[in-house]
Amino acid sequence: MPDSPSLFVVGANHHTTPLELREKLALTADKLAAFQKAATEIEGLRELAVLNTCNRVELYGVAGSAQVVERLQAEFCRLSGLSPSSFAEIRKQVDGRDAIVHLISVACGLESQMLGENEIFGQVKDAYEAAQQRRSVGPILNRVFQKAFQGAKHVRTHTAVNAGQVSIASVAVELALSIFGDLRHTRVLLVGAGDIGEKTARAFQSRGAGSLTVASRTLGRAMELATEFGAVALPFEQVSQRLHEFDVMVCSTAAPYAVVSHAAADAALRRRPSHPLFFIDLAMPRDVEPEVSRLENAFVYNLDDLAKIAEKNRVARASEVDRARQIVHDRAQAIWQQVAAQVGITNGSGHAKPDRDLTPSAT
Amino acid sequence: MDFTTDRFWLWCAGACYFAGLILGTIAVLRERRHSRGLMYLIMVAGYVLQTTGLYLRGLEVKGCPLGNQFEIFQFTAWSATTLYLMIGVTFRLSLLGYFTSMLTAALTLLSLAMPAWDASRRVNVFGGNAWIEFHAALALFSYGVFGLLALTSILFLLRHFSLKNKRLDGAFAFLPPIVDLDQISFRLLLAGVLLLAASLAVGSAWWLRDVEAVHPVKITVTVAIWTAYMIALVLRMRGILQGKRLAWSCVALFGAALLSLSILTPRSPASPKVPVVSLHS
Repeated sequence: MPDSPSLFVVGANHHTTPLELREKLALTADKLAAFQKAATEIEGLRELAVLNTCNRVELYGVAGSAQVVERLQAEFCRLSGLSPSSFAEIRKQVDGRDAIVHLISVACGLESQMLGENEIFGQVKDAYEAAQQRRSVGPILNRVFQKAFQGAKHVRTHTAVNAGQVSIASVAVELALSIFGDLRHTRVLLVGAGDIGEKTARAFQSRGAGSLTVASRTLGRAMELATEFGAVALPFEQVSQRLHEFDVMVCSTAAPYAVVSHAAADAALRRRPSHPLFFIDLAMPRDVEPEVSRLENAFVYNLDDLAKIAEKNRVARASEVDRARQIVHDRAQAIWQQVAAQVGITNGSGHAKPDRDLTPSAT
Repeated sequence: MDFTTDRFWLWCAGACYFAGLILGTIAVLRERRHSRGLMYLIMVAGYVLQTTGLYLRGLEVKGCPLGNQFEIFQFTAWSATTLYLMIGVTFRLSLLGYFTSMLTAALTLLSLAMPAWDASRRVNVFGGNAWIEFHAALALFSYGVFGLLALTSILFLLRHFSLKNKRLDGAFAFLPPIVDLDQISFRLLLAGVLLLAASLAVGSAWWLRDVEAVHPVKITVTVAIWTAYMIALVLRMRGILQGKRLAWSCVALFGAALLSLSILTPRSPASPKVPVVSLHS
């Protein structure tokens, strides 16, 4: 066997692994610690970083031989309670330059369930930092990860693969940002206890909305929700009178009639000149009278409007995938050449010489 | 090419502003966000070149270069750029740089392309009176503020249109938040009114000493412009004129203010008698 180390990634993700299996494979803090301890005892395993998210568990490493990777997988299967043969059916395993392609693709959201999502970049960074703290990464993974982050950033900056929001709640928050700029002083009123309304309210909270007030047709339910959100409850009957106190109104009631009339919205806006009111109507039938949108300072978006924007963004992201993948391949090739030349790594197939002539089409 | 002439430097400044306009237009057409840093750099370069040009002109005419239509347009563009460079850093309004480059490129290049506007240069146009010079410079600076206000108002109208019509993709995606635009417009309106008020106060103090020195039309037009902006400000503060109507008013008022510049040029009949240097002599 050659002495040159090989770069590999092995793991399972949402592309090939159903949720039930991913739950089984997910490494809890205890399991992760045990796995990392066991990994240190595998002779020939030179470097290791573990990416463990709800959609993927992936082991990035540098090994002295293919047997080392097999032993690492066996250890992983033992801890997860999955047979090696079952794991072999779902696993994703690539070596050499393809491992770098995969890492950049993951980091820039190309491999995510929700194409182009931003959260994964932070998760990959966390995984790398955790590995750094454990000192389980060395010259090869350090270089590969750092360069991969630069590559992922380049993809995100130079393509629209992560442009726009693709979920209803995120689109609503994005719209609020287009209106108010900063949500720190934005007062949000959630009316109704619909699931999508709750998700939207949560999205506003997570983006730092100034305050959240909850109203529901039954005060008990409103108080229950308010407790859950750490918000304030408002009696349903007071919604119209106190509308002017809020900047964003998220409606998701099951009421068969409109909760916000044109007259109520007009009166509220007169009491707050120069301050717009943003209505997010997620109810069916609609909670906000259509005439409200004619008021100059009222911006009304219903479920269809938000869904259309989300879909448009999703299509726009998808249209950028090919261009993004080309950039990923180019970047990976450059990184691979650097790593291969400087560290003497192989492409995983036992070739001692660096693989310098791979092209994107060759993969 | 003579590097020592003011017009050379002003052409270079115009080229910089035009480059900013091109950069912004390409970004908008490609539906990409232009580099704010690069735009800022281009505007700084244009500003430095224009300042150099105006400084050289100032040395030549022995005072603030406000002696003809060309100089007034150049000074207004310079004022707008000054404000953009201050506001651009503080408020980071996207597309403001693009719109400012549009305004300054138009003012700068238009005035450079009209030789008649710069056919005669009035030396020591303010008769060595620093207060009158200050009054004129302040008035023109306030026009720069109103120019920028017109730009933020246009941005407001575009953002309002995009939000109302659910057009949030493409170049609309890069527009600043509507509340930010409203706030910055209000501040610019307030600043412009105060600056013009200060200019009028200084000017009137000297006018009272020599009532015939200034043509009544000039006074009427200037006071009318100031009054109109003042009314807009008061109505905005009272919540009567706001949103789209205020934005349209600010755009229209700036159009009127620009038109009035031809009346306010010291070339008007009642201007003080000052030496004239003809370019063609």
